[in-house]
Amino acid sequence: MEMITEILSKNGLVFAFVVVGVVMWVSYQLSDRLSAGRLHGSAVAIIIGLVLAWLGGLATGGSKGLADVPLFAGIGLMGGAMLRDLAIVSTAYGVDIREIRKAGAAGVVSLALGIFVSFAVGALVAAAFGYTDAVSMATIGGGAATYIVGPVTGTALGASSEVIALSVAAGLLKAVLVMIGTPFVAPLIGLNNPKSAMAYGGLMGTTSGVAGGLAATDKRLVPYGAMTATFYTGLGCLMGPSVIYLMLLAVTGG
Amino acid sequence: MIIYGVAALAACHLAGVILGDLLGVILGVQSNVGGVGFAMLLLIVSTDWLRRTGRLPQLSEQGILFWSAMYIPIVVAMAAQQNVVAALAGGPIAIIAGVGATIACVALVPVVARIGGQDAPLPPLMAQEV
Repeated sequence: MEMITEILSKNGLVFAFVVVGVVMWVSYQLSDRLSAGRLHGSAVAIIIGLVLAWLGGLATGGSKGLADVPLFAGIGLMGGAMLRDLAIVSTAYGVDIREIRKAGAAGVVSLALGIFVSFAVGALVAAAFGYTDAVSMATIGGGAATYIVGPVTGTALGASSEVIALSVAAGLLKAVLVMIGTPFVAPLIGLNNPKSAMAYGGLMGTTSGVAGGLAATDKRLVPYGAMTATFYTGLGCLMGPSVIYLMLLAVTGG
Repeated sequence: MIIYGVAALAACHLAGVILGDLLGVILGVQSNVGGVGFAMLLLIVSTDWLRRTGRLPQLSEQGILFWSAMYIPIVVAMAAQQNVVAALAGGPIAIIAGVGATIACVALVPVVARIGGQDAPLPPLMAQEV
């Protein structure tokens, strides 16, 4: 037993692939069996990840969730900034420049508006709860954009792990809400044609949320929403630690 | 070869992060400014050019697509190492921020979708298409 734990610790990253693979499999089973695929498997997996981080934090009293348990240290490498950013950059692949042009004015406006409104709501809520420094406001605002923009903004600006975790929680909640809620709000907001789907993707931004939510509404809308949504996280990562942080810095006075 | 795609992706990643660091220095912000965003733009522009000139074989493409497919699992690993205990102690801030941003943005969809004229709804799905 001791020998096995030692081997698993030595091969931390490889063991992490197994652990995350099992989490993904369980999540997709739960998604299929309990929610008939309505709550996307990726959302379930992220929720399980956060629960594991919570358990790890309770067990060790550390600040790095499950990665603080020596056996699961590889999770820290797999989900660390280096591989995470590489994977995020790779998702931009396949975005066709011609299709970007087709998205037109509505797509551009929805992206800019979606990012600014989310950051504004998140930053205001952060300030209301006493996080009045520009770094924390930008990070929680980023979380209100997506669960990627929050940690990327927070890491770039040097926010505390607690604030980064808050931003992930806010972004995750948004993704889950979009996934579950899209079919219900679709008739109310005229979400029944490619153009409104593009506007929806740009405003909501959470790729997994939009892809899952639109699939549950009308699968023909998925590529249009996903196309603008894939830009959102990149633009958010670009604007969060730069333009929006500087704006917040000007407002808060440092 | 698959490694060409991975190498192109990694080069874009590094170039973007270096650009972001430089911009941070120029702006006097002690942080990386939008490095990941620049890397994404670099990847979009460079792979589009490579594809148009026929220099991106399918195998090289797979080197990028592999990491794209690893995105959600890596995000799950990222979630598993967050300081959730501290976040929960922070109170309802995450709930209000998440719900608030969602509602505010949903409300804007009909406004933005009207830009440049409203589109007709898609025809109803045929039974066999569902």
